[in-house]
Amino acid sequence: MSTPTLDKSDQVEDATPYITATFRIRRFNPEVAAEATWEDFTIEIDPKERVLDALHKIKWELDGTLTFRRSCAHGICGSDAMRINGRNRLACKTLIKDINPEKPITVEAIKGLTLLKDLVVDMEPFFQAYRDVMPFLVANGNEPTRERLQSAEDRERFDDTTKCILCAACTSSCPVFWNDGQYFGPAAIVNAHRFIFDSRDDAGEQRLEILNDRDGVWRCRTTFNCTDACPRGIEVTKAIQEVKRALITRRY
Amino acid sequence: MSVIIDADGNTPSPDNPAPVIEAPRARTARSPKSTRGNFELYGWLFMRVSGVLLTVLVIGHLLIQLVLDGGVSRIGFAFVAGRWASPFWQAWDLTMLWLATLHGANGLRTVINDYAERPGTRFWLKWLLYAATVFTVLLGTLVIFTFDPNIR
Repeated sequence: MSTPTLDKSDQVEDATPYITATFRIRRFNPEVAAEATWEDFTIEIDPKERVLDALHKIKWELDGTLTFRRSCAHGICGSDAMRINGRNRLACKTLIKDINPEKPITVEAIKGLTLLKDLVVDMEPFFQAYRDVMPFLVANGNEPTRERLQSAEDRERFDDTTKCILCAACTSSCPVFWNDGQYFGPAAIVNAHRFIFDSRDDAGEQRLEILNDRDGVWRCRTTFNCTDACPRGIEVTKAIQEVKRALITRRY
Repeated sequence: MSVIIDADGNTPSPDNPAPVIEAPRARTARSPKSTRGNFELYGWLFMRVSGVLLTVLVIGHLLIQLVLDGGVSRIGFAFVAGRWASPFWQAWDLTMLWLATLHGANGLRTVINDYAERPGTRFWLKWLLYAATVFTVLLGTLVIFTFDPNIR
């Protein structure tokens, strides 16, 4: 009596996990051409790897001039947001097998921000909007000798918006931001939301006043592109609507 | 590999390494210091409130005009004259005219803000929109208040 085992001989042909995938990358080099162009790279890669691994393979083995941002490569630093197959995602959190590697996979920079080179954009307007909403704790009164205590319910109120990693996937997926970059954008509003609904913070009214701007929350058209794009699964559109509601209910 | 000449005719050189790309989101001296105010808040609130009211007004209007009691076939000068003899229907039509026109105008204003990229286009489109709105509202109001069923 023998233990049933898999017949190894059947698997020999499938032993290699590698597939051939084509990456269609939007290249831009202002020193060479004023226009961005698509360039195809065909590589052998394990489909269980991420798009970032493919970009590394292209940069390290095929074309060293390919330029993109990445830092931690594990979905925390938020530096490798890019438009993959027409959707904003983090290259380090997108597995190749999940985005149909049988067709060419398109990779381009996020939209709405000035393109500097290949997949690198100028993030300054994005961070300008972020700084404008005062993303830091403002507390009046005497400083406590120990930590500022908060109940679990009070913490839960803004838990969703604490997850933001400032990757700009939401803001650069917003059609209002594409057309008029003066709009604060979802990311700045999410980070304002994180403090407006924090029971320890005392500058909520000030932040609400900032977002009551002509280019503030009222320009949101609730297209939900931001919620779809967020790699952390933050309910961005909901957060924006909560800020709108707070603006109305706290005043009337 | 082709070298591109930018708009000013400069080829890339150590002094001029790349064509200048204008930052589209720059905060310049010309961009207003503060654009805060409650106007957008009131505008947003108005859209919600007028939307709810218009649902009732417009569906009621369509039912009366097109469906109930013979429907569209009985509409004529006499039918309109008969309805506008009552202050209730005058008020109904006046409210509907004002709410619908302002609701539509505010919606179009946001569309223009979102999609017109050049300040000039934006200005003229809005000017056209506001002129059309004022004209429609004033003419409609005038007709409702000065309607004379004995006109010859």
